[in-house]
Amino acid sequence: MVIRSGSALLALIALCIPAFGQVQRTADGKPDFNGVWQALNSANWDLQSHAAEAGPFSALGAIGAVAPGEGVVEAGAIPYLPAAARQKQVNFEKRWTDDPELRCFMPGVPRANYMPYPFRIAQGSGPGKNTIMIVYEYADAVRTIRMGNPGKSPADSWMGWSVGHWDGDTLVVDVTSFNDQTWFDRAGDFHSDALHVVERYTPRSPDTILYEATIEDPKVFSRPWKIAMPLYRHVEANAHLMEFQCIPFAEDILYGHLRRQAANGKGDSR
Amino acid sequence: MTFTGIVAAIGLAAIPALAQNAIPRTAAGHPDLSGVWTNVTITPLERPRNLAGKEFFTPEEAVEYEKHSRETRNKDIRERGTVADVANAYNDFWWDSGTKVVKTLRTSIVVDPPDGRVPALTPERRQQLQAIADAKRKRCAQPGCEVENGGIPGPADGPEDRPLMERCLSFNNATPMLPTAYNNDYEIIETPGFVAIDVEMVHQVRRIPIDGSPHLPASVRQWMGDSRGHWEGDTLVIDTTNFNDKASYRGSDRNLHLIERLTRTDPGTIIYRFTMDDPTAFTKPWTGEIPMVKSEGLLYEYACHEGNRGMTGILSSARADEKRAKAGKNQE
Repeated sequence: MVIRSGSALLALIALCIPAFGQVQRTADGKPDFNGVWQALNSANWDLQSHAAEAGPFSALGAIGAVAPGEGVVEAGAIPYLPAAARQKQVNFEKRWTDDPELRCFMPGVPRANYMPYPFRIAQGSGPGKNTIMIVYEYADAVRTIRMGNPGKSPADSWMGWSVGHWDGDTLVVDVTSFNDQTWFDRAGDFHSDALHVVERYTPRSPDTILYEATIEDPKVFSRPWKIAMPLYRHVEANAHLMEFQCIPFAEDILYGHLRRQAANGKGDSR
Repeated sequence: MTFTGIVAAIGLAAIPALAQNAIPRTAAGHPDLSGVWTNVTITPLERPRNLAGKEFFTPEEAVEYEKHSRETRNKDIRERGTVADVANAYNDFWWDSGTKVVKTLRTSIVVDPPDGRVPALTPERRQQLQAIADAKRKRCAQPGCEVENGGIPGPADGPEDRPLMERCLSFNNATPMLPTAYNNDYEIIETPGFVAIDVEMVHQVRRIPIDGSPHLPASVRQWMGDSRGHWEGDTLVIDTTNFNDKASYRGSDRNLHLIERLTRTDPGTIIYRFTMDDPTAFTKPWTGEIPMVKSEGLLYEYACHEGNRGMTGILSSARADEKRAKAGKNQE
């Protein structure tokens, strides 16, 4: 084929783009994030760079071991205030008993987005639609991102109060009104109830999103800091969320000491 | 007023009137079910015996029924210090039972069988449930049992002995979606090929693919089953199977096939119809209907498990009862 003009060349390039990078769009022209997504990294073990290590139970062998990771924190280290750095160390030492994930508690934000479970972004497309729901497989956790101005959050919560707007093709979500009960990872990285997270979801290909979260908490950190990672679309034909109802898995940790046998000794049986 | 002004005025007056009756639709042309909905009502699941043969209230009868319900319902009237008092721990403030009958003026949620009553359980299922109840009673002849919702003592050796509500696993309002103690709110997001329904109590999220995919293999069982949706005209049909052995509604078992039909009949209403088809539990399938009414409020997080001090209290109390009984025996 002979290219006779610049515009024909442009047209040809335009035709080629869908295969490589065209952003899927909803009927109202916004990037279409509908689908099942998951992070593929070890940030849930530790946001910062870390080597592999043995898990707490040797009986679990390699299954229970910590996966290594180069870290997802921009500029390397999380800028803890001195007292908070000491608290993080205490958390780290108690991580096998104190991580809220052990108890099947809702994980908060941004942790929900890089847990080793898929999540579904459900984005309405009709005219005037102003709500996006993120449904997480882990613990039936869920958050609703309300676009525009939904008013003030009535109370602190585990998953926070998510308010969204579009910055060009980037979905920006401002999340506030957290409680101080969640951790960022299994390494004890933590925050207070003053946590403020600004998330940015930017399409980087049909099947990947660049996910960035800026974390601000003046009670715990000396300055805002940022994590970034790609999110990957589950492209398999049967990409659906299943149930990860983990309450029954956590009941021993929460209530085991109150079981009849534990409380009354082995000799007591009916 | 100029001619254009008149046209504009007519236009402004006419458009809202039309828009009020139009059902919002998605880009794909389906009715858009998105929004926050509530199904709170005082209409009972089963038709009361004194209303036998009466499918609908007249408007006057509805008002009378609502008045009677308001006057006779009061969980604050109770004798302090009794077991019944403790079992009814929540006073009237906490219960969100509504004040109105359903807007269709039906006298029961059950519409089929026509008598408005849930059909009898199969003899096998009745026997099974009886055996479970007998085993409970036998265990509770000894100390260490705790009153369950409804006032009957149940074993409390560990959390798995306790009802699903106390464990924050289910409030029996997700499959099917029917009113419960409080927080009778649902947020629906409809997207191309997928519908999510966030059940406020207890942030159970129904995940409903509408992509022609088959159910999970029969060997895989889940608390809320496995839902798949499809459109029949303007009605969203949700087909759910693969329930586990522990989730149950009115005696249903793992073989429940739940068929739900959501039809947005006007901007403010979804008519929700569900059929419970479970040949090993019920002698015949039965169907209920309840309107879901558009709510202007938002859904908020209901973190039940995260704040479950109740379970700690229940098990501690059972252990204390055992200790007391043992001490009593030693003194004899």
